[in-house]
Amino acid sequence: MPKDEYQSRAFNIVGTRPIRPDGIDKVTGKARYGADMTAPGMLWGAILRSPHAHARIKSIDTSEAEAMKGVKAVITRADFPKLDLDPGMADILDNSMAGEKALYDGHAVAAVAASSKSLAYAALDAIKVEYEVLPHVVDVDLAMKPDAPVIHAARQDETVPEGLSENVTSRSQYGHGDPEEGFKKADLVIERHFTTAATHQGYIEPNACLAQMGADGQGDLFVCTQGHYMVRDTCAEILGLEAGKLRVTASEIGGGFGGKTHIWMEPVALMLSMKSGKPVKLVLTRDEVFRATGPTSSSSTDIKIGMTKDGKITAATGTFRLQSGAYPGATAFLSAMCGFAPYDLEHVRTEGLEVMTNRPKAAAYRAPGSPMAAYAVESVIDELCQKLDLDPLETRLKNAAREGTKSAYGPTYPAIGLEATLKAAQEHPHWTAPLGENQGRGVACGFWFNFGGNTSVNLMVNPDGTVSLSEGNPDIGGSRASMSMMAAEELGIPLDQVRCVISDTGSLGLNDVTDGSRVTFAVGLATIKAARHAIEIMKTRAAMKWGIEPEAVDWVDGAAVPAGPNAGKFPPMSIKEIAAIAANTGGPIAGHCEANAEGAGVSFATHMVDTEVDPETGAVKVLRYTVFQDAGKAIHPDYVEGQFQGGAAQGIGWALNEEYIHDEDGRLLNAGFLDYRIPVASDLPMIEPVILEIPNPGHPYGVRGVGETSIVPPLAAIANSVSRGAGVRLTSLPMSPPKIRAAVKAG
Amino acid sequence: MIFSSPETIEEAAALLAADAEARPLAGGTDLLVRLRARQIAPSAIVDLKRIPELREITEESGGWRIGAAVPSAQMNEHAALKSAWPGVCEGADLIGSTQIQGRCTVAGNLCNAGPAADSVPCLVAAGAVARIAGPTGTRDLPVEDIPTGPGKTALKPGEFVASILLPAPAARQGSAYLRFTPRTEMDIAVAGVGIALSLDGAGKIETARIALGAVGPKVIVADEAAQTLIGTTGDDAALDALSQDASAAATPISDKRGTAEFRREVIGVLAKRAAKIALTRAKGDTA
Amino acid sequence: MSRIHVTTTINGEETDFLCEPQQTLLDVLRDDLDMTGSKEGCGSGDCGACSVILDGRLVCSCLVLAPEAEGRSVETIEGMAEGDKLHPLQQKFLEMAALQCGVCTPGILVAAKNLLERNPDPTEEEVRYWLAGNLCRCTGYDKIIRAVMETAADLRGAA
Repeated sequence: MPKDEYQSRAFNIVGTRPIRPDGIDKVTGKARYGADMTAPGMLWGAILRSPHAHARIKSIDTSEAEAMKGVKAVITRADFPKLDLDPGMADILDNSMAGEKALYDGHAVAAVAASSKSLAYAALDAIKVEYEVLPHVVDVDLAMKPDAPVIHAARQDETVPEGLSENVTSRSQYGHGDPEEGFKKADLVIERHFTTAATHQGYIEPNACLAQMGADGQGDLFVCTQGHYMVRDTCAEILGLEAGKLRVTASEIGGGFGGKTHIWMEPVALMLSMKSGKPVKLVLTRDEVFRATGPTSSSSTDIKIGMTKDGKITAATGTFRLQSGAYPGATAFLSAMCGFAPYDLEHVRTEGLEVMTNRPKAAAYRAPGSPMAAYAVESVIDELCQKLDLDPLETRLKNAAREGTKSAYGPTYPAIGLEATLKAAQEHPHWTAPLGENQGRGVACGFWFNFGGNTSVNLMVNPDGTVSLSEGNPDIGGSRASMSMMAAEELGIPLDQVRCVISDTGSLGLNDVTDGSRVTFAVGLATIKAARHAIEIMKTRAAMKWGIEPEAVDWVDGAAVPAGPNAGKFPPMSIKEIAAIAANTGGPIAGHCEANAEGAGVSFATHMVDTEVDPETGAVKVLRYTVFQDAGKAIHPDYVEGQFQGGAAQGIGWALNEEYIHDEDGRLLNAGFLDYRIPVASDLPMIEPVILEIPNPGHPYGVRGVGETSIVPPLAAIANSVSRGAGVRLTSLPMSPPKIRAAVKAG
Repeated sequence: MIFSSPETIEEAAALLAADAEARPLAGGTDLLVRLRARQIAPSAIVDLKRIPELREITEESGGWRIGAAVPSAQMNEHAALKSAWPGVCEGADLIGSTQIQGRCTVAGNLCNAGPAADSVPCLVAAGAVARIAGPTGTRDLPVEDIPTGPGKTALKPGEFVASILLPAPAARQGSAYLRFTPRTEMDIAVAGVGIALSLDGAGKIETARIALGAVGPKVIVADEAAQTLIGTTGDDAALDALSQDASAAATPISDKRGTAEFRREVIGVLAKRAAKIALTRAKGDTA
Repeated sequence: MSRIHVTTTINGEETDFLCEPQQTLLDVLRDDLDMTGSKEGCGSGDCGACSVILDGRLVCSCLVLAPEAEGRSVETIEGMAEGDKLHPLQQKFLEMAALQCGVCTPGILVAAKNLLERNPDPTEEEVRYWLAGNLCRCTGYDKIIRAVMETAADLRGAA
């Protein structure tokens, strides 16, 4: 159990809205993203991809491509070292470059490096691959059937019940009580089946990197990723390199949302550089991003909930089946943990089943596993409210988890914010605003765990008293701003005296991937501790100068002061003054923190949305949207709001129009932004963010991660509003116009 | 690949005629997408945008001639054209995004021969005529005869559409284009209806032309649906009949953008709604 | 492959370059002129991250062949600030946190600048439709739309 870190206090900088330090580079076009770096003598890489969903690779003839002028390297799987990798690592290698089989449309089978982009593509055309096309499966329910084509044999673990296809690799189970007993106490039990389509994170910056391997085994990689340490460690392992010899630098990152927490093509770029002896830039096309970098899982879910006529949930069960793409490892277990997490339940059981299909390896996408679970659970709760004529907010409040509740996935909650979000929703003018014809208002709740993890931060006090802060997590949405703010707050100095940089893997200790909404929490915690460490050193230096004990020095408003009248009478010594005497009092001053952070506070949100359905066409217009979410403590409220708004917008897209569409041969039909329809500006209303602040006991300032929870409620919130506005209950996402029109027609 | 930018129609025709693999380039919003996706590898690109008369909208016999290199944004900035043929302009204004509309041309939209081309149904409803330039001179062809199927046109080797003539609008005329897309913008029509109609002095519909997009291999001229309207005041019964006729005239397929059943239904809804807008516009003329 | 010599004006400065005929304006800006502020998000005109102004018109530079730029005028994000003085839109985007990852930001700023030059008093709906070709996946557009509207109001007030 993490210790209680939180201390209530007043803030000077935290909670304000300063301009972010990396802002000017981003509004002037100077910021360097993954594809924006070049190196002398650089080659262009390109990847040849399988056109088949499932095929044995009989042969690859690269001779013609290799003979082309300007082509400096052609590689296939045969070029990668044959190492004894554990299955997870072997999967990453196989996903980067196919071995015996191509497992999905878009799976890499060969790659080239050439002196120009056009030459690289011409060389791909010259590679001849002979395939033996195999039966394929892309649907999660079909893939579970015993006679389904098997993606990989013998990858099941011992948890999987008999009678299912080998594609089912794992089963997880959670819950407590006896649901069968609980259902008997219900006045109404509703059981429903739901499906959701695979959706892509849709980051605007395609994956890109610049790899440079030297003959001495030392290498450099500049890459857009959510975790450059992960990239270093994984690439080193699968290429047989020593991690310390590979330095990875994170570029500015143009969106990730979980999709850049994985390895997709970095080992290919490194291998091309090794073979050619030159720097190689590899930038995926948008088509490749859709076909070969993981979307989230599609899902198939059964939910059963019992409720009394006064709105108490008596029991709940759920089975969540998520497809993981071509390798084991989806997030059905997270669906099974998250689905009922908002509620205080006496009887609850869930299970999650991970299922392989001939699709790209499923990747994390903002609160992975939770949105599809919330869609199903919150839809059934809403239907129960409709049938029992109950208020949907009041009913959720009645069942809401609170401090001391034993969660559906096991742990007992400390102080949490679900009730606060529900009460804020009840009191908001949105809740009582009038609605017109064909308009409906939906609400839904959502949960995400949040995460801490391995974190390293250095805080250097420079000779002039300014502060250089080094952290090791790519800044995906303003984290340099919030780290600088926390450092300045703790040190008691103006914000402009701190500059925060994202260090490469060679200059700072390990940092876990930017995921799990961990950065503001964990890196923030480490930043505060590094600042406190630096303060201790500065107090010692002041004490030395004053000739008193370090314990007799306090730190107030950016300066060392005597702790009390007994300590002596000295004027405050500012950080600048202490920095100036550093050389004579023991040398450079720096604080640091290396920790595996625990105590990330769980996060809840309630969303409220008004929609209008055109009954003749099935089109849904989102009219008004309000997000109520617990942030613990909002360090930079603008960027907390931005996370709320962005997650809601992605959830709206998932609910209404986004989906992977495959043809009968398992080929992706909509691998582009024209037919993979993420919301455009004219599709959305303003999204009002309401920040609740219920301090997280595990963070000195009370911070909870905010990045992921916001995508959890929208799917159900929209479904519930459509149900209330148009009188149709959609159990399949996306709720595209043809589906809604068909439902309206069927009555 | 050879890039050339001729300054006369004759020069462009000669360049295109000399090389069967050459492609004309107007706005490039289809051509470049296919080029970059490596779906096509033309031996030469002939840019039409340096030919002065192809960049102009000129009045001709009370109507308007739109050069093949005129971007759709330019059409929507042309007050007189917009007032004469609002439906045609709104079709052009729905192609892609602001950025696309800064480049795309209705001639290109027509010659790309995509069944869902947004500007084509109302051009057809308007009775527009394409002027085709080629190695042996020019010829005129009604726009509905240019596309012959998905990606296929009636153009002969070396020919290109140089301009499109919108006729002089009739008195008391209204036109409109409506389409259905899942997104509000940046989308491909799942179904689209272009309509042009005019009223007689008594307020009855005297002439009507209706064309349907995205519900067949090429744009469909829905003559029966148009006949249904003629002689009526566009009352609810007439519009319901129109709706049914439009659905009946459609021959849609199911694809990633929509099912056949949905398209057939929605085309009827759009026909009714587009006719209402066109009627309002026609009445506005008489007011 | 023979290269084409192109002379054009970029952000007010006459510039010349050699290009392959199938290279796009975006390719040349990014790969040959090292003006990487224009981003390639899709290469098919669907995301707007490569937006530039060509002879006064907003276009996707990924859908312009580089040789087409001969004799034309191109405005990119790199030309939006005058020296150290940010354009009011750039300043407002910073103040109102109208960006998160920032990769769509150059394209949106160029597009918004072109809008305000044409329409100094746009409605929210007009801003949303004008920017519909600029995809942003981080912000839900809310703060972007507000920043454009507020900049327009400021500029009207100053005029």
